Amino acid sequence: MTLTLSSPSTAWVRVCKLDDILPGAGVCALVDGAQVAVFRVTYRGADRIFAVGNHDPYTSANVLSRGLTGSYTAVDGLRFKVASPLLKHAFDLETGVSLDDPALRLPVYAARAKGGDVWIGLAV
Amino acid sequence: MFQPNRFAVSPVLPQVVVVGSGMVSHRFVEQLRAQADAACLRVTVVSEESRLAYDRVHLSSHFDQPRPDLALATPAGYAELGVDVVFGRATSINRTARTLQVGDTELSYDVLVLATGSFPFVPPLPGKDAAGCFVYRTLDDLDAIRAAAEALPTSATGVVVGGGLLGLEAAGALGKLGLKTHVVEFAPQLMPAQLDAEGGGALRRKIEGMGIGVHTGKATSEVQVDGAGRVTGLAFADGSSLPADLVVFSAGIRPRDELARSSGLSVGERGGIAIDDRCVTSDPAVYAVGECALHDGRVYGLVAPGYSMAKVAAASLLTDLGLNPASEARFTGADLSTKLKLLGVEVGSFGDARGATPGARTVSLSDNVRNTYSKLVLSEDGLRVLGGLLVGDTARYGDLLDLSLSGTPLTVPPETLIVPPLPGATEMPATANALICSCENVRSEAVCSAVAGGARDVASLKKCTGAGTGCGGCVPQLHGLLQTELRRLGETVSNHLCEHYPHSRQELFGLIRVKGWQSWDEVLEAHGSGSGCEVCKPAVASILASLHNDYVLKPQHAPLQDTNDAFLANIQKNGTYSVMPRIPGGEVTPEGLIAIGEVARKFGLYCKITGGQRIDLLGAQRDDLPAIWTDLIAAGFESGHAYGKSLRTVKSCVGQTWCRYGVQDSTSLAIRLELRYRGLRSPHKLKSGVSGCTRECAEARSKDFGLIATEKGWNLYVGGNGGVTPKHALLLAEGLSEDALITLLDRFLMFYVRTADRLQRTSTWLENLEGGLEYLRAVIMDDTLGICADLDAAMQHHIGTYEDEWAAALSDTAGLARFRTFINSDARDNAIEWVDERGQIRPAPLQPALLHGLVPLPMAGGDD
Ligand code: SRM
Ligand SMILES: Cc1cc2nc3c(=O)[nH]c(=O)nc-3n(C[C@H](O)[C@H](O)[C@H](O)COP(=O)(O)OP(=O)(O)OC[C@H]3O[C@@H](n4cnc5c(N)ncnc54)[C@H](O)[C@@H]3O)c2cc1C
Ligand code: SF4
Ligand code: FES
Repeated sequence: MTLTLSSPSTAWVRVCKLDDILPGAGVCALVDGAQVAVFRVTYRGADRIFAVGNHDPYTSANVLSRGLTGSYTAVDGLRFKVASPLLKHAFDLETGVSLDDPALRLPVYAARAKGGDVWIGLAV
Repeated sequence: MFQPNRFAVSPVLPQVVVVGSGMVSHRFVEQLRAQADAACLRVTVVSEESRLAYDRVHLSSHFDQPRPDLALATPAGYAELGVDVVFGRATSINRTARTLQVGDTELSYDVLVLATGSFPFVPPLPGKDAAGCFVYRTLDDLDAIRAAAEALPTSATGVVVGGGLLGLEAAGALGKLGLKTHVVEFAPQLMPAQLDAEGGGALRRKIEGMGIGVHTGKATSEVQVDGAGRVTGLAFADGSSLPADLVVFSAGIRPRDELARSSGLSVGERGGIAIDDRCVTSDPAVYAVGECALHDGRVYGLVAPGYSMAKVAAASLLTDLGLNPASEARFTGADLSTKLKLLGVEVGSFGDARGATPGARTVSLSDNVRNTYSKLVLSEDGLRVLGGLLVGDTARYGDLLDLSLSGTPLTVPPETLIVPPLPGATEMPATANALICSCENVRSEAVCSAVAGGARDVASLKKCTGAGTGCGGCVPQLHGLLQTELRRLGETVSNHLCEHYPHSRQELFGLIRVKGWQSWDEVLEAHGSGSGCEVCKPAVASILASLHNDYVLKPQHAPLQDTNDAFLANIQKNGTYSVMPRIPGGEVTPEGLIAIGEVARKFGLYCKITGGQRIDLLGAQRDDLPAIWTDLIAAGFESGHAYGKSLRTVKSCVGQTWCRYGVQDSTSLAIRLELRYRGLRSPHKLKSGVSGCTRECAEARSKDFGLIATEKGWNLYVGGNGGVTPKHALLLAEGLSEDALITLLDRFLMFYVRTADRLQRTSTWLENLEGGLEYLRAVIMDDTLGICADLDAAMQHHIGTYEDEWAAALSDTAGLARFRTFINSDARDNAIEWVDERGQIRPAPLQPALLHGLVPLPMAGGDD
């Protein structure tokens, strides 16, 4: 069952309850046929939701939702990342860019928590 | 010194027109902007492709998912640099009027720069223009190939004509598109321009091993075509043929010199626009750079020489326009040494690789087990390296290339330079100022001074030295050099867990134990920063588990666990899992074996006897894990912790019970120990062995703790290791009774758990323990620290609170949702593919080309 909220340029698809994702963890959602890795990162008591492709380009396996999330210090301050469970390549959660190879980037999806649910935005 | 202005420059700013927007053109534009003030000349770039310069070297990654952005230049970026762009093909030059014709537009120039690159040569075969025939040079070519491949049925075949560098690259790309791929080469071997016959043979075996068909010594005579004009195959001069649904020609490149030729500039007999050392053509107002240029009788098909020309041309041109002082920059040829990764196979060739120097000698090593081949070409006296070839393993490329360039006389027998080092042996001494990055020509001195200047990671080294920004093949070396250099500077010998915790694991263990912290949030709040990472989260989780023996998948602990602990199974390369029930001491009943077999059959799992005397069931879907364990637990099995940093197995021999030499019951002791220490979370995995006599069939001395029976009792050994750095365990105590050895082991293990570093096996821990074995004896036998009672109590707590993790997982019904593939669907990962091998499943081989260009982190994953 998928519910769709409408907005001018983005269709929001509900994927699960916020409580379905433990703080710091990820789940994989099937959204419009694509495997989307959805993460809930809790930092200083606030929740942030990120969504990137589930496919790890370094190993060609669909595993990123099972990676460990964390933070790293970039020039512009603290940013969030996820490390692939297979060979530990890390990606910036906001931009999808590989921290090992800036030319490589995962697809990123709009994501938010609203009304206790987690929503993924698709461009329409 | 300013040179007099050689050109009658128009009253307005001088106008530079660059024909072609390829890699070298782009580098040239950058160089112009870097070497002179943008306000003093106008630059226009003419691009025939529908886009501006992109990274052609990584063209094949256009088929990767996600598709990387290869653009080097964008119209917006050029606008910012004040560079005008005209899209279209330049068709003629009027050298007298100094104009260039591009379609209907006529551009005036003061200086013209030709950077037109090459075109792929297509042999004049009948049928070569049939539908389904392609070349491999531009992004548009690749898009056309993709579209054609997608329209073909899944079993379709793609054939590449040409087994050189680019042909193999193209073959990898066809593989990525899912085509059954073949390579056809006219010469008797692959890569005839770079490799000798042996090297070609090693490469061939590697490539055939990837499922790519290789046909050498085949002269293509005709492209076969059906009634609709579509390619159906290739016919060869020897009368044979090969069916094909798609053909890519990669039979060499030719310089694009047609503009130069038609305007009367001198060109080489076999093509190429003649240039001098300043990159000037036969017309002083026209320059040429890159693959279209012919310098000293040579055309270069690699990007690095083109980049050197771009730099020289920019300097010469600014001098000639009177904008810069006289420049000494000259292009004097380039070394053709290359190191490449083709289809995941590393190939390096340097110097006089083919042994053309008179009197040259060779030493070579052809390893048909690893399929590697190394050859050194030596001077007549055998003292100098002139060149060489490396196939399959190019780890020493940089050092060897350096030896050949510097001509340093050898101080070691030459064969030692190509034989893989024995484990533990010292590495070949790096030559001073060794070449690290051949793409960008960066040497170790430059890297070291960048480190001295503050660079602390590979990313910043890339930024300030340029090393590693080309093919990426040198990144592991760069990483290694950085580590060595930091160590030399006395830095980073820091044992901090990671950027989030300024403590070693041992310090953190002490803090958590003393303060009594129970959860990650408390630990982070009190001792850490940020939100943690993949290093500190599992480390803290492990400490909490060692101390409290809580179920590791409680909601507050689950998100900290490394993936294996997170799903209580070992992740495999395709994202599925392996399941290993505990089989203490390797002893199992027929019923047990049958039950395991039935589970494997029911869930379609691959079975293998492991090196740890138990049975691994591989290929389990995450969703099936709970059901698999329901069946295994019903048959009396429990988790084997193959996934945890905890006790793995206690290996045993049959011992006195059966063996004619046995003097003690090794099997029973092994089972007792395995049941005692199962589930103990530790800094790294723990392995043990128990042998019934000195013949040592259980290999106890290669284990973290091992026991060998004697007539007088048990000898206890500690700190052994197989694995990466094998080490024999050391004798801790002799002639022990079972109870005495258990007391010692309880203390030994708990002391290790408390004081070792993250991912430090007992062998390295013991090596680094100040005072060594004597100190260890003092602590756990004479209680010099007064902590034995505490260690004993800690082990009692562990044993008393042990529960089977899988039983706990199954009773935690809410937690089971985590094992679903998708949170919002019952579907499974449909990208997982299996093939049949010897009657069981195995993961479908990944097209190695899928991973082309991606360099795994050094030692990544080695921590499992
Ligand atoms: C399954 C097995 C190979 C087999 O098919 O026989 C195996 C499989 C793996 N070993 Fe092993 N090792 C296996 C016996 C061994 C042995 C032999 C032994 O235990 O008697 C050794 C050498 C002994 C030793 O550890 O000292 C061994 C030394 C390693 C090492 C190197 C350890 C070291 O200290 O250098 C690693 C990497 C690591 O732990 O960092 C490793 C890591 C791994 C990992 C976890 C690699 C990974 O990250 O995926 C493999 C897990 C595959 C899986 O999911 O099933 N494996 N591995 C064996 C399982 C034994 C068991 O029943 O539990
Ligand atoms: C698949 C592949 C893999 C490669 N791998 C490597 C590698 O690993 N290492 C390495 O060193 N090299 C590699 N190369 C070679 C490398 O890409 C070239 O050496 C480099 O691109 C040459 O740059 P260039 O600017 O001289 O030519 P190009 O990049 O070919 O650029 C020339 C441009 O000029 C345009 N042009 C030509 N004539 C006109 C005209 N009349 N009007 C307007 N525009 C015109 C062309 O369309 C083209 O866009 C590889 C090449 C390919 C195709
Ligand atoms: S170690 Fe070997 S010889 Fe000794 S009891 Fe075991 S099996 Fe027999
Ligand atoms: S060797 Fe190619 S980037 Fe360094």
